[in-house]
Amino acid sequence: MTKSGLGGKYALIGMAESDVGIVPNKSPRELCVQVTLEAVRDAGLTLEEVDGLITCNAFAEPIMYHAEAVAEYLGWEPRHCVTVNTGGGTTFMAVNMAAAAIEAGMADSIVVAMADSLRSFMTREQAMAVQSSSGHPHYEQPYGPTVPAYYGLIARAHMHQFGTTEAQFAEAAVSCRAWASQHPKAQMRDVISVEDVLTSRAIADPLKVLDCSLVSDGGAAVVITRKDRASDAPHKPITLLGYGEGHAYEHISQATDLTTSAAVHSGRAAYAEAGLTADDISLLQLYDCFTPALLIQLEDLGFCAKGEGGDWLTSGISRPGGAKPLNTHGGMLSYCHPGNPGAMFGLTEAMTQMRGDAGARQLPDISTALCHAQGGIMSSHATLILGAED
Amino acid sequence: MAKPTPRPTPTEQPFYDACKNNELALQHCRDCSHVLFYPRTHCDQCHSENLVWQQASGQGSIASYTVVRRGVSADFEAPYIIALIDLAEGPRMMSQIVDTEPEALAVGLSVNVDFAAWSEDITLPVFRLHPALSEDSL
Repeated sequence: MTKSGLGGKYALIGMAESDVGIVPNKSPRELCVQVTLEAVRDAGLTLEEVDGLITCNAFAEPIMYHAEAVAEYLGWEPRHCVTVNTGGGTTFMAVNMAAAAIEAGMADSIVVAMADSLRSFMTREQAMAVQSSSGHPHYEQPYGPTVPAYYGLIARAHMHQFGTTEAQFAEAAVSCRAWASQHPKAQMRDVISVEDVLTSRAIADPLKVLDCSLVSDGGAAVVITRKDRASDAPHKPITLLGYGEGHAYEHISQATDLTTSAAVHSGRAAYAEAGLTADDISLLQLYDCFTPALLIQLEDLGFCAKGEGGDWLTSGISRPGGAKPLNTHGGMLSYCHPGNPGAMFGLTEAMTQMRGDAGARQLPDISTALCHAQGGIMSSHATLILGAED
Repeated sequence: MAKPTPRPTPTEQPFYDACKNNELALQHCRDCSHVLFYPRTHCDQCHSENLVWQQASGQGSIASYTVVRRGVSADFEAPYIIALIDLAEGPRMMSQIVDTEPEALAVGLSVNVDFAAWSEDITLPVFRLHPALSEDSL
């Protein structure tokens, strides 16, 4: 369990998203450049006034010195410039690293920017190969596991241990799609039913194609600075109240527990730093790469008891009109999933809701949001708790 | 693209040498008695380097399984069964369960190791449902 000790001192003052879904007209590097500039403008700053950049590499356009290449493209020489890779967890780990770097005096304000184009700049086969290469090269990959297969193993274990059903996993996809249907940018907007999920194409039992997140293009960026410097920003600053990490293993075959993840640790640390509990959270933005991952996070982050994630989802509490709105942009299941940047859109959606800019899907009184990201196969976890109060 | 095939390190070579002889070998820690998988230079419990190879029973049980309906590449003909096997000696390993109908599978069922040639040099452990079970379950 780690605790950053930065809670309440740093704020998100800028954000940007590119077009998402199928975006063939810009490369991942170009998308990353675009959202970097737009996030800085959104913060009311110029690039010269921002002195740090943290990025994540792109599968579809790998660059050895990625952050440096993005800065160079912009003719920018930031004081702090680094590429981070912890898979899907890179997102919020990078946000926390930005706050830590500012705390250490390495920069005054930092852009965290990520983009990838798994849909338009890779073939389906390439996207599948690069993602499944997270498996152990000697003790997993030779057997031919896919990423859905890894989550199929997790799903089956949860079904066996707690009696969770395929219909309960499907509820996660149905809920996310209901939210996506209200978002004009979402990649998939047609409302679906549990029956639709259950009868969709089998991918890796018990998972069907509608249990799996999308393959997308897109990028997003946020700007972080000290809270006492945030008052000049044109938009309401969103405070980083708490952050935590948990790291249990890398390969799923080395997991000692298939149904409880290190999200327990990341959540506990984030709640402790924020001085909050799950009951205090008004908006949930969880990592829905596959429906069972989302269900297990609900349990591990304390929104329901262990084994009761299926009942929680089936109650409808996460859907539009429910008391615990979840993935209100549609998540990676329905909004977009361009690979490692996926969770950034959960963060930008939380900021959009807290700013009051969410249009038709705007929720009343979002004072706190919990954003969760994970890397590997439920391996490394990052939990970020945001506050909207000044 | 070919099937991914291990290129063993010197540390790992005894595991693959044993597989080639249709034996499953596991490292045992002489200091803390922990049984390791995958092969390592150090015990992953006490970090001792005092490890010794011993032949395993080849028996285990299914911790979880999935039927891959869309193969990872053209080199893998779907459907095939990926499973996590809890070995009788303690460690868990990923493998395939072969020659079994998916309907016969369940978490907790007993399996026995078998071996399959993956390339000219590499033989890998795979698993089969315990003979008595595969008859009962069908």
